[in-house]
Amino acid sequence: MDIRIIKKFCMAAKQAFLFMVLLLPALLVILPILLLLSGSLMDIWELGKYISPAFTEGKEFVSWKLLPDYPTFTGYGKLLFETPEFFVLFWNSMKLAVCILAGQLLVAVPAAWGFAVYQVRESRGLFALYVVLMLLPFQVTMLSSYLVLNKLSLLNTHQAIILPAVFSTFPVFLSYGGFKSIPCQMLEAARVDGAGEFTVFVRLGIPLGKSGLLSAMVLGFLEYWSLLEQPMAFLENKYLWPLSLYLPQLTWGQAGFAFCASVITLIPAVFVFAIGQDYLEQGIIYSGLKE
Amino acid sequence: MQKKKRRFFYLFVFPGCLGIMVFVLLPFLDVVKRSFTTAVTGEFSGGKNYEAIFQNQAFLLAVKNTVRFTLICIPVLVALGLGTALLLSGLKKGRLLKAVYLLPLAMPTATVALVWKLVFYKQGFFNLFLTRLGLLTGLWGEVHREYLGTAAAFWVLVGSYIWKNMGYTVVLWLAGLSGISGEMLEAARVDGAGSWQRFWRITLPNLKGSLYTIVILSFLNSFKIYREAYLTAGAYPDQSIYLLQHLFNNWFVNLELDKMAAAAVCTGGVLMSAILALQRLWENG
Repeated sequence: MDIRIIKKFCMAAKQAFLFMVLLLPALLVILPILLLLSGSLMDIWELGKYISPAFTEGKEFVSWKLLPDYPTFTGYGKLLFETPEFFVLFWNSMKLAVCILAGQLLVAVPAAWGFAVYQVRESRGLFALYVVLMLLPFQVTMLSSYLVLNKLSLLNTHQAIILPAVFSTFPVFLSYGGFKSIPCQMLEAARVDGAGEFTVFVRLGIPLGKSGLLSAMVLGFLEYWSLLEQPMAFLENKYLWPLSLYLPQLTWGQAGFAFCASVITLIPAVFVFAIGQDYLEQGIIYSGLKE
Repeated sequence: MQKKKRRFFYLFVFPGCLGIMVFVLLPFLDVVKRSFTTAVTGEFSGGKNYEAIFQNQAFLLAVKNTVRFTLICIPVLVALGLGTALLLSGLKKGRLLKAVYLLPLAMPTATVALVWKLVFYKQGFFNLFLTRLGLLTGLWGEVHREYLGTAAAFWVLVGSYIWKNMGYTVVLWLAGLSGISGEMLEAARVDGAGSWQRFWRITLPNLKGSLYTIVILSFLNSFKIYREAYLTAGAYPDQSIYLLQHLFNNWFVNLELDKMAAAAVCTGGVLMSAILALQRLWENG
C-alpha cells in the first residue's frame, strides 16, 4: 500500500482522537445549557416530578429528559406577560450595564490613550497604581465606597453602582493594549499634516485601536450583567435590584419560573458573546499584554 | 515638546484620576483612619482593632481558606489550561471548541448557580452519575454523598472556578504559543530533538512571559468565586468555604465597621505588596 495513504490516515486518526479528548470538557459546558433550556420548556408538573427528589428526603435521584414529554412555552408566557416585576428587574440590569459601559467609554478610553501615547515621567508609576487598583477585590474597597456613597447620599440609588464602576481601571488596561498597537509614526505623520491632538485621538486613535476598547466593552458587559456584590451591599430596595441578584432568591417551588428567567438572563450575555467573540479573545490577549 | 506632552497626558488622564481619587483613594484614607478608632464613638484606640481581628476565629479561618483556595486553584488552572492549549493548537479545527470553552465566561453566575445546585444536591445529578457508573462497572453501589454542606463544598468551588476560567486561560496560553516561532521548533526538529525535548527546551522557556500574566489574571478572577460560593451556599456556608469575601460581607451587614476597616487595610496591604512584587518579577523576567 502507498505509504502516503497510511500516513494521511494516521494524521486523520490523530486529529479525530484529539477532537474526542477535547470534546469531553466541552460537554461539561454544553450540558448545563441544555439542562436550562429543556427545563424552561417543561410544564410545572413534569419539572416537579423530575427535580422533587433533590430536596426531599429519600433514596430516589433526580431524573431528566432533554426532550420534555410535553414541551410548552407557558413558563415563558407567564414570565413575560403576567409578571411585570420581571421587566423592572430586566431593565434595571440593562440600565446598570449600559450606563456603566457608556461612562467607561467617556472616562477610561481617553485615559488609556493618555497612557499609551504621551509617555511622561509620571505615567509609569501611575499606570502601576492603576494595575494594583484593578486587582484589588471589591471587598477591600467596599467600606471606602460605602463611606463616600453615604456622604454623597447616593446609597440605595443606581448611581451607587454606576459611579464607582465607571472609574474601574480594568477597561483602561484593555484599551491601553489596543492603542499601544498603533505605530507611532502614523500619529506623527498626522501631526505633521497639521492635525491637532484631539483630532488624532478621534480620527486615528479610536478607529485603529477599536479592538481594545470593544473588547473592554464585551468583557465589561459580561461582568456587569452578573453584578452581585455591589447591589447586594448598596441597594436595599428590591425594585432597584438587577436580575442577577433577584434570580437566586427564587425557591424550588418557583423552579419553572427560575428556569425561564435563567434562560432569558442568559440570552443577552450569549448574544454579546456571539457577536463579540473575536474582540473578547483579542481583549483577553490584550489583558495579558506585557508592557 | 515634553511640556506639551505632559499637558495632554494630564488632559486625557485627569477625569479618570479625579474619579479614582473621589471614589477609591480618598475614602481609603478614611478607612485607614477608622481602622485606628472605635466604631461607635470614633475615639482613637491604637492597634486594638488589629489585635481584635488577629484573635478573631472567623478572620483566621477565612484567611486560611482563601489562601488555600488560591494556592490550589491557580496551579491547577494554569497547568490544565496549558495542557488543553497544547492539545488545541495541534487540532486543525479548534475554533469552535475554543468558543465552547469560553462560553462559561459569558454565563451569568445566577444561572450557573441553579445548575450547580441541581448537580450537587444529595440526590442530584452528580450522585446519579456516580451511581450509574458504579452499576456499570460493578465497583460500587449507590452513592448518596452530601457535597454542599460538607468539606466537599471546597472541591465543588474549585471545580466551578476551573469550569468558569478554563477558556480564558486557554486563550492566553494559545496566544503565548502562537508567539513562538515555528522556525525555531523546526530547526530543533531537524537537529534531532524529540518532541519532549522541544517542549521542555523551547516551548516552555518561551512561555515564561505568558505565565506571569496568566497567574495575575487567574488571581484577579479567583476573588470572583465568591459569587458562586454565595449563590450556592449562602452567607454562612460550610466552614471549608468560608472565604474572606463572606467575612467582609457579614461584617458589613452587621455594621462591624471597625473590624472591617482594619481587615481591609491588612488585606489591601498584603495584596498590594504581592502585586508589586509580582510586577517586579514580571519586568525582570
